[in-house]
Amino acid sequence: MGMGVDIRNQMARRASEEIQNGMVVNLGIGIPSLVPNHLSKETKVMFHAENGITGMGPSPNKGEEDENLCNAGGFPVTLTCGGSYTDSAIAFGMIRRGKVDITILGSLQVSQNGDLANWIVPGKKVPGMGGAMELAQKAKKVIVVMNHSDKNGSPKIVPVCTLPLTSSKCVDLIITEMAVFKVTEDGLLLTELFAPYCLENVVTKTGCEFNISENIRRIPY
Amino acid sequence: MDNPFGKITALENVMELFHDGMTLMFGGFGGVGSPPTLIDGILEKGVTNLTLIGNDTGFPTIGIGKLVKAERAKKVIASHIGSNPFAGQQMHEGKLEVEFSPQGILAERIRAGGVGLPAILSDIGMDNAIVAKNKPLFTLNGKNYLVETALTAEVSIVFAKKADEYGNLIYDKSARNTNPLVAMAGDITIAEVEEIVPLGSLATDEIITPGVFVNYVIPSKGVNWKWAWE
Repeated sequence: MGMGVDIRNQMARRASEEIQNGMVVNLGIGIPSLVPNHLSKETKVMFHAENGITGMGPSPNKGEEDENLCNAGGFPVTLTCGGSYTDSAIAFGMIRRGKVDITILGSLQVSQNGDLANWIVPGKKVPGMGGAMELAQKAKKVIVVMNHSDKNGSPKIVPVCTLPLTSSKCVDLIITEMAVFKVTEDGLLLTELFAPYCLENVVTKTGCEFNISENIRRIPY
Repeated sequence: MDNPFGKITALENVMELFHDGMTLMFGGFGGVGSPPTLIDGILEKGVTNLTLIGNDTGFPTIGIGKLVKAERAKKVIASHIGSNPFAGQQMHEGKLEVEFSPQGILAERIRAGGVGLPAILSDIGMDNAIVAKNKPLFTLNGKNYLVETALTAEVSIVFAKKADEYGNLIYDKSARNTNPLVAMAGDITIAEVEEIVPLGSLATDEIITPGVFVNYVIPSKGVNWKWAWE
C-alpha cells in the first residue's frame, strides 16, 4: 500500500532471519514472496506450495516459463534440485501433519493474543480462505508480515479482531515496517524497532497495549 | 492406435454426458491442469445450472472460470474465488451459491469421495462460523472434530500429460495438483490428455492414476487461453 520497495525488502529480510537450514517453508503472496532473495546461498530450504510443489525455486527467466509449473497463485516458478511434485491432498497432508516449519503470510488484522484475520472483508472482499486456515492452524511457526496501519491509518494490530478470523491464537511473530512483536502467553512483546521509528511511534500506531522487551533490538538495515 | 477397452474417444462422443443441472467436478489449480478442450465443449453446448466442484474458480478467461463468467454455474464448492471477479459479483447478486471449504479439506473431501469413504473428521476451521456451519461434530478420544462430508460428482473432468489405452494417467509437473483426486471422485471420469500412447509404454512404476478410475480418454487440443503472467 504505497510502500517503497526498500521497506518491503526490509521486512522480508527480517522474516528471512527466522529461516534455518533444512526447513520446509510456505510463503504467501506479496512481501513474503520477497523472502528467498534474502537467504544466504548456504541456507538450503524446501519451499512448499499448496498445489503440490516441494522445493519451489525462483521465477524462470522471461521466455523460459512452463505453463505446467506454477505456484499456488498461478505464476511460473522453477523446481530446485531435490524437489518433487505431489497432488494437493498430499501437499496439505504435509501442512496438517506439522511438517511445514514456517509459514509467512500477510494479514488484514492480528489481535494481541495472536488471532489472525486475513481472509474476508464482509460485504466487500470475499475471496475465500484458500489454504490459509490449514497453514495458520498447523504450521509450526506462523509469521505475519504486514503494514502497521491499514490504508485509512487504523491500526492492524488490535485488541480483538473485528474482521472474521482465519484462525485463532495461531500467530507467533508480527513484522511490520515499524517493529517486530512476539506473541506470548502474556500478550504482545515488542522486541525490535526498525529505523527511524521510536517506541512512541509504535505505541501511537498500535491498537492494543503490549509489553516491551528489556533489550530492544534496533534493526540496522 | 488400438482401443481394446473402448475408452479412447473423441470430444463429440462424450458430450452427451453433460447436461443442465448436473454436478461436475474439475481438476486444476488456478486454471493450471484444467482440461481446456472439455471446458470449451461444455461452454459451446450451452450446459447450464451446473454445480461445480473444484479447488477454485480460475480466472475469467482461464480454466473453469470461462463457465463461471458465462453464468453457467448455480453453485460452486471451492476454496477460493478471488482470481475470478465474476464469481464474487454473481455471489453478491445472489446468482451463484458458493460453499467455501478450506483448500486441503476440500482436496481430502474429494479424495474421500474417490476412495469410497462417506466423510472425514477435521479440526480445521472449527471456530470459524462459515466453515463449521451446519456440520455435525464428532467426539473422538475426548476431542471434537467437524464431520466433513465426502464429495463425488456425476462427471469428473481431468487434464493429464499422457494416457495409455487403458486410461492409466501421468501428469505434468504442478499440473497434477487436484487431478488425481478428482479423477477418482467422478461416477464417470473423462481424462483430456496431451498424448495417448500404446499399452505398455508408460513406466509402470510412474503411473499416478490407474485406468480403473478413468472411463474415457480424449485428445486435448491444448491450452487456448492466455495465462495471467503472459
